[in-house]
Amino acid sequence: MVRARDLFATVMLSGIYGLLSASFFILMDAADVAFTEAAVGAGIFPLLMLTVLTSVGRYEAERRRVRYLPLFVMVVLAGALFAAVLQMPPFGAVDAPSHGHVAQRYIQDSPAEIGIPNMVTSVLASYRGFDTLGEVVVIFTAAVGVVVILLGGRPKTPQQSTQALMAEHKVLRVVGKMLIPLILLFGLYVQFHGEYGPGGGFQAGVIFAVGIILYAMLFGLSNAQRVVPLGVLRWLVALGVLIYGSVGLANLVVGGEYLNYSMLASDPVTGQHIGIILIELGVGITVASAMVLIFFAFTRATRSRDELEE
Amino acid sequence: MADYYNYLIVVLLMVMGLYIVMAQGNLVKKLIGLNIFQTSVFIFYISTAKVSGGTAPIVIDGAELYSNPLPQVLILTAIVVGIATMSLALALVLRIKRAYGSVEEDVILEQDKSC
Amino acid sequence: MPELITLLSSLCLLLGAFLIFSGGLGVLRFPDFFTRMHAAGVTETMAVTLIVLGLMLHSGWGLPLFKLLLILLFVMITGPTASHALAKSALHGGLRPLGDDSNNERH
Repeated sequence: MVRARDLFATVMLSGIYGLLSASFFILMDAADVAFTEAAVGAGIFPLLMLTVLTSVGRYEAERRRVRYLPLFVMVVLAGALFAAVLQMPPFGAVDAPSHGHVAQRYIQDSPAEIGIPNMVTSVLASYRGFDTLGEVVVIFTAAVGVVVILLGGRPKTPQQSTQALMAEHKVLRVVGKMLIPLILLFGLYVQFHGEYGPGGGFQAGVIFAVGIILYAMLFGLSNAQRVVPLGVLRWLVALGVLIYGSVGLANLVVGGEYLNYSMLASDPVTGQHIGIILIELGVGITVASAMVLIFFAFTRATRSRDELEE
Repeated sequence: MADYYNYLIVVLLMVMGLYIVMAQGNLVKKLIGLNIFQTSVFIFYISTAKVSGGTAPIVIDGAELYSNPLPQVLILTAIVVGIATMSLALALVLRIKRAYGSVEEDVILEQDKSC
Repeated sequence: MPELITLLSSLCLLLGAFLIFSGGLGVLRFPDFFTRMHAAGVTETMAVTLIVLGLMLHSGWGLPLFKLLLILLFVMITGPTASHALAKSALHGGLRPLGDDSNNERH
């Protein structure tokens, strides 16, 4: 990966790397994480990279020398880290310090307190709900940043290029047409099944976004923007965060703590359930629309460059 | 040694990623290095979450020992946040290309000097 | 009867594993892009079908069976499509199959 000058090959390799690390996460019992990594590392990341490559050029400049100072620093750092890692409790140990404290409580009490089988979801959406709110705001901010950097400060030109990236592939378009509804349906399944199996707002958002991005690649950006206009996307990104935050506020109104859903219904477990569904919905909306928005911004930015050069 | 195999791989990946970030001149490649670095941290967290003999942290009948859900939650959100911040970096790369006409570090620094 | 099903399922899994192995070998050893793609594409579809079939026999009636069926359908649709797209892009990009002498002719 370091040596290849063809950036295209590098990006493809990093996609394979993402898929491999997803299978590794499955081996490590982290089904939810593997799900996310498969959708992000092998799906969205290479796609964004490829979109950027169409603009920055496929090959990097010729340069074959090894840099010795960074190499030396890295060798020293690797030695230090090896020494540190060997002091850790062995891999898979039951009594490792990281399994103490709150983790035990999550495992033992969450089925009774939250009432849903998937502990990852209950920790994500309920116990650490405030933390997750922070993450969602980061995604929101990143999407806003991308839009400002790429689309801001340029007079709005009417969309003229209707040529899709893969317009000449008839078979791809037909099969894509068959698969896109299934992908979107699967996204919804993952969204609402997140309490019982691996899944949830983050994964569902990414899968949903992949479906729409696929549509944009097969049928052209302007067609895709007719389905989901940029303006609507901007609203949706904010709407997800808004839902999340207002669920928290609603808790305050009915007399609980911020993001503690127990008071939302007469029965605390039902309250938690309602809260988690709403929160996951907010997460899903923000993640999906942020990813689609980022992709649209990238395609538009690279496309208008090409037109300028012509 | 076999007990620490995962952690050793993590250290190797981390150092490789960091080396790419420092030594490569192409900005896109730097970002790929950053991605490798990031993934090594993910692998580290997930490795610490694993309990030998445990199952995935989803309640099923007959399972006694579960892996630790907490690091998994942290990494789950970190992956999606990671791609969001990565796309911000890519957007900056696009803007740099538009402003300087290149994504090679040397060329950009030279242009800055001659200004 | 259960023994027969186990036998069949193991047979499917073994055949699938062998096909994947031969496909990998083909990708490494074949001379040009199109023959390599043939090795990857054909064995992938067949091997995955066999492996999923073996797993389906293994899992018995229930929700997993249905999910495996969906996976099988998905792979059978996407695999050949991906191969087709790859081959078409390669042709479009100017690669010619081995044994095709019309090299100078532009398509």
